Amino acid sequence: MQPRAEIVHWLFAGGFLLLGLCLLAEAIVGTEVWRRRRWRAYLWPSLAFAIGLFLVPVMVFFTTSTLHMLAHGAWAQVAMLAGATQLALVRGKLRSRWWTLVVSLALLVSGAAFLIHEQNPWLFSRAAFLHHALGWTAIGASVFPLGQILRPRSPVWSGGFALTFVVIAVLLFADRDLAPIFGHLSEIARASAQP
Amino acid sequence: MASTEYAGELEHSRQRTARRSGRALAIGALGPLAALGGLVWSVAQPYRVTLLHPRGEGLWDLVVQPPLLVIAVGLLFALAIAPGILEDLEATQDEG
Repeated sequence: MQPRAEIVHWLFAGGFLLLGLCLLAEAIVGTEVWRRRRWRAYLWPSLAFAIGLFLVPVMVFFTTSTLHMLAHGAWAQVAMLAGATQLALVRGKLRSRWWTLVVSLALLVSGAAFLIHEQNPWLFSRAAFLHHALGWTAIGASVFPLGQILRPRSPVWSGGFALTFVVIAVLLFADRDLAPIFGHLSEIARASAQP
Repeated sequence: MASTEYAGELEHSRQRTARRSGRALAIGALGPLAALGGLVWSVAQPYRVTLLHPRGEGLWDLVVQPPLLVIAVGLLFALAIAPGILEDLEATQDEG
């Protein structure tokens, strides 16, 4: 029994919310306290990797178009790449903090994928609006990992990075397969949803 | 001179403790606030919580609803993650 697309989005929103809360907690107490328990140090990289892993079946089973498949595939790969490099950094396999730029890359690619695969304008439907909003949020947030590299102790960058995932979660939770946005719903969207 | 130094140190220590207790408060509040957000959402849009009035929906529609997920994540953070952080924050405070 395959869930509807909106249900999959909500499940991912739950994962992003948990990720956001963990990162927010790390930003509040600082990395030193956060990493006092080894498992906590691995938590966010593992969650990022797991989100990428779960995007693979989404890519396979929710292929409404080639563009959708490519976008989901790109997210899956960059999320796993970001999670893997962060795991390697925590484990000490990678040493340079510049590897954190991979997270910026992941956010940039994800944002671009959102914007490129959404062919409709902002007010076409709620899903279209959210795709645009998510895309620009991810692109804007790609500056946070860079800030974390340059000023690792500044709570602004780590807090901003954490809140990005909370915002992404809220936007995903707001998704519906067919719903208006600010009172707008395209007739084409309405007609295409009818059996 | 010595008493001025002592007073400065005391003030510094007091500020540090206040900052840490503020952090502890924030960590303790994160999970309950998230769960409260989900609860408010379910009151604002009760039709989202299909569990309360099932009409033949499938398992996905009954269980995976945003307000319930938000409450679940808030509780998970509050019960499984926050207590350890608070303990470690306290331990750091004792060491410092």
